[in-house]
Amino acid sequence: MTTVSRTPSGHACVDPGEHLKPEFLKVNPLGKVPALRDGDFLLAESVAILLYLSRKYQTAPYWYPPDLQARARVDEYLAWQHTAIQLPATNVYLCKSLLPHFSGQPVDTVRLDRLLGKLKPALQHLDQEVLAAKPFLATEQVSLADLMAFTELMQPTAVGCDLFRDWPRLAAWRARVEAALGPELVQDAHKLVLQPRDPRDAQQDPRLAQELVHRLQERLS
Amino acid sequence: MGTEPGPGAQAAYRLRFRTCWLWLVGVPDTCLSMGLELYLDLLSASCRAVYIFARKNNIPFDFQFVDLLKGHHHSKEYIKINPLKKVPSLKDGKFVLSESVAILFYLCRKYSTPSHWYPPDLHTRARVDEFMAWQHTAIQMPMSRILWIKMLIPMITGEEVPDEKVEQMLAEVKNSMQLFEEKFLQDKMFIAGDHISLADVVALVEMMQPMGGNYNVFLNSSKIAEWRMRVELAIGPSLFGEAHDRLMRLAEWDSSTLDPMVKERICELLQKFK
Repeated sequence: MTTVSRTPSGHACVDPGEHLKPEFLKVNPLGKVPALRDGDFLLAESVAILLYLSRKYQTAPYWYPPDLQARARVDEYLAWQHTAIQLPATNVYLCKSLLPHFSGQPVDTVRLDRLLGKLKPALQHLDQEVLAAKPFLATEQVSLADLMAFTELMQPTAVGCDLFRDWPRLAAWRARVEAALGPELVQDAHKLVLQPRDPRDAQQDPRLAQELVHRLQERLS
Repeated sequence: MGTEPGPGAQAAYRLRFRTCWLWLVGVPDTCLSMGLELYLDLLSASCRAVYIFARKNNIPFDFQFVDLLKGHHHSKEYIKINPLKKVPSLKDGKFVLSESVAILFYLCRKYSTPSHWYPPDLHTRARVDEFMAWQHTAIQMPMSRILWIKMLIPMITGEEVPDEKVEQMLAEVKNSMQLFEEKFLQDKMFIAGDHISLADVVALVEMMQPMGGNYNVFLNSSKIAEWRMRVELAIGPSLFGEAHDRLMRLAEWDSSTLDPMVKERICELLQKFK
């Protein structure tokens, strides 16, 4: 039974829109989450942060295996997923949840279908090629590849776009990853994204809401 | 046009290596086909990064040309190598690997290249990882798009991409270059510090992509222009020039030779920009 690595952690919450403000931009000039601060050392990009944590805290080898070819498989997934999974899955999430929340408008279903369509080839590849050959995405055990994939695919799923519905191997993989990570940890990590948004939150700062809507429209067009 | 750059140089390189090997150990020529193979078209920035790195470090490999302009990446033979139909791919015996970043890390490790390419220090390595992650969507995608909208789409379809879309993409590239300078380069010689690393090679080959369409992203910043010179020098001007020859001659390409199926797909691509 795999155990999730324990590292000393303190996390700071970033509210929607806060990533655009000057205080946060000092931490990450790219204006994005996640960001890590370790003393004076600042680091952006989830993949880079995961690699940093696994090295600094010498986490269990299966996360980022030392074997040349196994490690290459993890690297291969972590590189591919930026444009194949992360970008389109995030766009689905933004269209389904964030944009309607800040604009007060219902979900644009035509746009949502188009965005889901962009994700389909990647999901098909994972379900029918990658997972047909092995239980996890890179190797025979859970790794950073599975961790990244799991959270990226859970994002739209948590707000009602079930990405696993049409892909049985992917659904089975999801259960395996959840078991490997521990259901309580998964639940805790997804608490925020699973709960429905309060429409009143969006109108607390109407100017910011407008700014976000504008950016989202541009990004999703 | 349409042939791999410096085919003579490539063949000579392989022949030299094979001759040495044969001479040293008397191994039959057939055994050498089990060596490292790199499936490349130097029109692609990711391929150039892998090519430059392997050549610079004298890593012996067979250059397997996958002609993107002829649609060879969609061929049955190539799909067997990489079902995602992308270049570059690496084949090392039975082991097949895609994704240039993964290939670069693999080559670093397998051939124990000098440590400055992927520095062992925790923080410095993280800087390289950070750039390698960021660049997929922030640099590679927009730079590649510029080449498509300024050169390839008009050339192949005979139609221009709407001005509004072009302006939007140029603005995105400008923004990325600004972030690159302010966050990744800053006042350093190279991205990781005083020495060239994988990050600089990847960054530069991607920023060169619009040059194929006569669009120069280096004009706005002297800091970036100076960094570019440093990187080219560290790589070696002759190797850098050879790697970029096919890209720079893209304008000479006779697009009527394009596979009709590929042309159709590209016309569909144009519709997305309208």
